[in-house]
Amino acid sequence: MKPAPFAYYAPETAAEAVSLLQEHAVDGKVIAGGQSLVPMMNMRLARPTALIDVGRVAELAGIAVEGGVAIGAAAKQARVLREDAVAERLPLLVAALRHVGHPANRARGTIGGSIAHADPAAELPAVAIALGAELVAVGPDGTRTIPADEFFLTYYTTALGPDELLVEVRFPDPGGSRAWGFREVARRHGDFAMAGVAVTASCGAGGTVESARVVLFGIADAPQRAAAAEQRMVGASPADPALAAEVAAAATAGVEFASDPYVSAAYREDAVAALVERAVQESAKTMEEA
Amino acid sequence: MSETATAGRRLVELNVNGMSHVGLAEPRTLLSDFLRHDLELTGTHVGCEQGVCGACTVLVDGEPVRSCLTFAVQMEGARIETVEALSADGALHPIQEAFRNTHGLQCGFCTPGFLLTAKALLEENPSPSEAEIREHLSGNVCRCTGYQGIVDAVLEAAANGKDQADEPR
Repeated sequence: MKPAPFAYYAPETAAEAVSLLQEHAVDGKVIAGGQSLVPMMNMRLARPTALIDVGRVAELAGIAVEGGVAIGAAAKQARVLREDAVAERLPLLVAALRHVGHPANRARGTIGGSIAHADPAAELPAVAIALGAELVAVGPDGTRTIPADEFFLTYYTTALGPDELLVEVRFPDPGGSRAWGFREVARRHGDFAMAGVAVTASCGAGGTVESARVVLFGIADAPQRAAAAEQRMVGASPADPALAAEVAAAATAGVEFASDPYVSAAYREDAVAALVERAVQESAKTMEEA
Repeated sequence: MSETATAGRRLVELNVNGMSHVGLAEPRTLLSDFLRHDLELTGTHVGCEQGVCGACTVLVDGEPVRSCLTFAVQMEGARIETVEALSADGALHPIQEAFRNTHGLQCGFCTPGFLLTAKALLEENPSPSEAEIREHLSGNVCRCTGYQGIVDAVLEAAANGKDQADEPR
């Protein structure tokens, strides 16, 4: 028995979960899959006095595919991976999910849990930004929708208030001509990324890129868009063989890479350049296949 | 309906290996500890207790789960399977046989987690490639074998499973 004692609540509705969260906003925590929270509790880095388990709230576990894709915050990652309709609409999400921990983590881990936890090396926050997702939160003042672009503030910190519950992740309709690429480097498949990138691009009738997102993760305190790289993609043809290297060169401009005891900033910068190049090449391929 | 909140001990009823088990546990009791200490099912091994090594993997509703990252109270109503179930009738399970044949274990500490993770893989994908096996087992650490024997064991179990596809093991 490793964690410090806590009171355990297992609400069955979202409304009940929200009211429990308000009651315990100071030192309570929401637990979904627990794949990040429980290790921290086992090491007593986290000592919540109350856990609100959203694992039994059926209305938070839905997956609705209709134009866009709306995924309940407590939907398990393994289940989302098995949904063909999601794979069809959001191949980027599926590609990234395969890197989220190992099968045993994904069996318990949830889409919303990973996003609300906001580990800077996590895949799903970057994917949410790359796909222009909206995050639906319920709090004392009702429901609000937060663009993924504005959600991730710094290490393990999001725009969610202490008494707000993430209830749904809404991915907009990706449309027909969507290209995507995903790359990360980790010591072992499923480990935390030492650096990674998610790329999306939509192309017009002429085959040139109309808009693009290049989202870096595992690089600093939060995922961030590489604006110069995105600008380089707009107006270009994904089939242009020189494009990937040029986007990669632009991707590291103005980015402050963090150093930690395991990965230096210089390594991260080199890795990002290589990963962006490969992800842009991959996105050109997905465009040809579409 | 909210369950009564308490940091003290409470009755926990779990379905483990097809039987209902009742024990007293605080909410902070990890599933791994509940299985080992309360139910005396010590086949589930506890290695790192932080979700890294995979030794404590059990099956929950057929899926591999780290029992050290799960609280026993969260598991009410779930179907849990531990390594004890594999040879409940006294004979080794075909996956266990394959581990023995290919030297897929030495000290055996990680083996329960590998066996159950492999079982979940073969139930979902009866003929996995070597790459698929390695990816699926990537969350389990073995410090003895160098993994080759383990991968060979899963390949052998898959091949044997195809020969005996109609045997309901």
